[in-house]
Amino acid sequence: MTTALLELESVSKRFPIGRHGLFRRGHVPHVHAVDDVSFTVGQGETIGLVGESGCGKSTLVRMITRLLDVTDGKIWLDRRAVSEVPAALFARDDDRGHIQMVFQDAGDSINPRFTAFDAIADPLRRLGGLRGEALRARVEEAAVQCGLPVELLERFPHQLSGGQRARVGIARAIGTKPRLLILDEPTAALDVSVQVTVLKLLQQLKAELGLSYIFVSHDLNVVRLLCDRVVVMYLGRIVETGPAQAVFDSPAHPYTRSLINAIPRLDGVRHTEGRLTGEPRSPIDPSPDVCRFYGRCPMGTDRCKTEMPPLHALPGHRQAACHFAA
Amino acid sequence: MTAPVLRVEDLSVAFHTRNGVVRALDRINFAVDAGQTMALVGESGSGKSVTAYAIMGLLEEAGKITGGRALLSGTDLVACSPRALSRIRGRRIAMIFQNPRAALNPIRAVGRQIADVLLRHGGATAANAKQRAIEALQAVGIPDPARRANAYPFELSGGMCQRVMIAIAVAARPELLIADEPTTGLDVTTQAVVMDLIQAMAAETGMATILITHDLALAAERASRIAVMHAGHMVEDCDTATLLAQPRHPYTARLIAATPSATGRLEALQSVPGGLPDLRRNDLPPCRYAARCERRAEACDRVITMRDIAPHHRIGCWNPLEQAA
Repeated sequence: MTTALLELESVSKRFPIGRHGLFRRGHVPHVHAVDDVSFTVGQGETIGLVGESGCGKSTLVRMITRLLDVTDGKIWLDRRAVSEVPAALFARDDDRGHIQMVFQDAGDSINPRFTAFDAIADPLRRLGGLRGEALRARVEEAAVQCGLPVELLERFPHQLSGGQRARVGIARAIGTKPRLLILDEPTAALDVSVQVTVLKLLQQLKAELGLSYIFVSHDLNVVRLLCDRVVVMYLGRIVETGPAQAVFDSPAHPYTRSLINAIPRLDGVRHTEGRLTGEPRSPIDPSPDVCRFYGRCPMGTDRCKTEMPPLHALPGHRQAACHFAA
Repeated sequence: MTAPVLRVEDLSVAFHTRNGVVRALDRINFAVDAGQTMALVGESGSGKSVTAYAIMGLLEEAGKITGGRALLSGTDLVACSPRALSRIRGRRIAMIFQNPRAALNPIRAVGRQIADVLLRHGGATAANAKQRAIEALQAVGIPDPARRANAYPFELSGGMCQRVMIAIAVAARPELLIADEPTTGLDVTTQAVVMDLIQAMAAETGMATILITHDLALAAERASRIAVMHAGHMVEDCDTATLLAQPRHPYTARLIAATPSATGRLEALQSVPGGLPDLRRNDLPPCRYAARCERRAEACDRVITMRDIAPHHRIGCWNPLEQAA
């Protein structure tokens, strides 16, 4: 059994909407962006976080990276409750460098007026306090680890190819020797021809540096390749978790099944069962008694609108939140 | 045998930039039949979108068609005056774009945007345009169409906006629909529904569809024929099953080997070495894939033309992969 690096305990985030201020009366509606999410990330483990846009993936990631405070629940990093540190102060926390993020499109997320060197050096200056020769040595080390030729370090983002920019984004994240890396669609902006090299680089870095990953992606074919376990979210809640291969081979939750059937397959065989029609339910003050997937679910019954199915354990270290999953 | 809806012959496009002439398309040939879905597949920069924009007459100022024809049921679109083209666009050829929210007018209700097209191309009258726009929204599966007709694009989800785009595109029952990355940026679940809708519309109206995508798996699932493009050349054009099972152009084989599938492991995937050549060079090799190709031979210095190697299977390569037994 691996030891848990990151532990989420009933984490929720609710955003108030509508009018604020002195004259506001009565109940303030809230968007329930993340609702009662618990899972752990083991040392050296890769967790895939999947779900449609609006399911709360990004909010969850922002809480884990401590850019956003939790409304309820706790986040533990190596047995320390990092969620107790206000997001505003976490920037100067000792653990800041231990949680790093690789953003979706390195072309957009890197300052266009920074050279590759500056982009990689920035977190090292701020968090590691490195200067001069030590800084240069560490930047070059990170670049080499990511397969970025040292000659390219003086270039600006627009002078680099998409794959090289992705490497800068990864080098920047691993510079501070993090323990947990959050990868937000790291290959979404890349052509398939380069995607493979970046995925292989990520796998190699994980093995070399003993990193843990949370891999956020729409592309389930890619998630399947890289992840040990997956966490499937729908409207702020976890609907299914389990070992990646098992979940992809025999999804237990009807939402997961629809999601997997919707992936285009290279063999050209199309799966049309469980097409998701309609829109998700409103995330504003959702009823605690109705399954979040009710209304779009192909198997929804009366029970699903009077009793929210809890996330319950299934054989093979799996969990699903559906009355009908067994 | 019916004549194809669109026949593109030796189409070439160049962009005149400050840094030289970019030869974005070089002698592209293909044809699409009525009711057929054909996919144009390739990396970014391969010329997929330029092909679409050239056919539509929507190239930006710097881009010029330097040769060839694009025949839409016999009408040469390249020779058409801008005026004639604007009568054809929207009526006989329609296009749907990536990022529907950006392509729609943000300050006009979606029902009115559909009505605009119906009035101009669909034979609607001021009296019935609104009603027909609501029917069009209903036809693309938007719930509560009468209310949604008054919604602005920002009030609709990405999937809904793409449905509106489809409603606009098919409003005048075009002969040809060009879908340029229609589902990029949408969730897979929405992508499946949107693609179902496009195909249902095509089946109903008998229009030909060109699906432009970088996703080989999407093309495999949705198109009966796939044409692979690389650096402004078409390299292989073949029915989907044969292309996936027995690719003959080395680039096609590489592309398939790089695409993650529903099975298979990361170790088994292989990237495509090298990058696209600089299309501004004057001494571009005859085969623009040559620098990346492991099968390069002396014959590759001859001018490449697309040739038939089997019925309905064309490649642009002098040293193709062997046909598997």
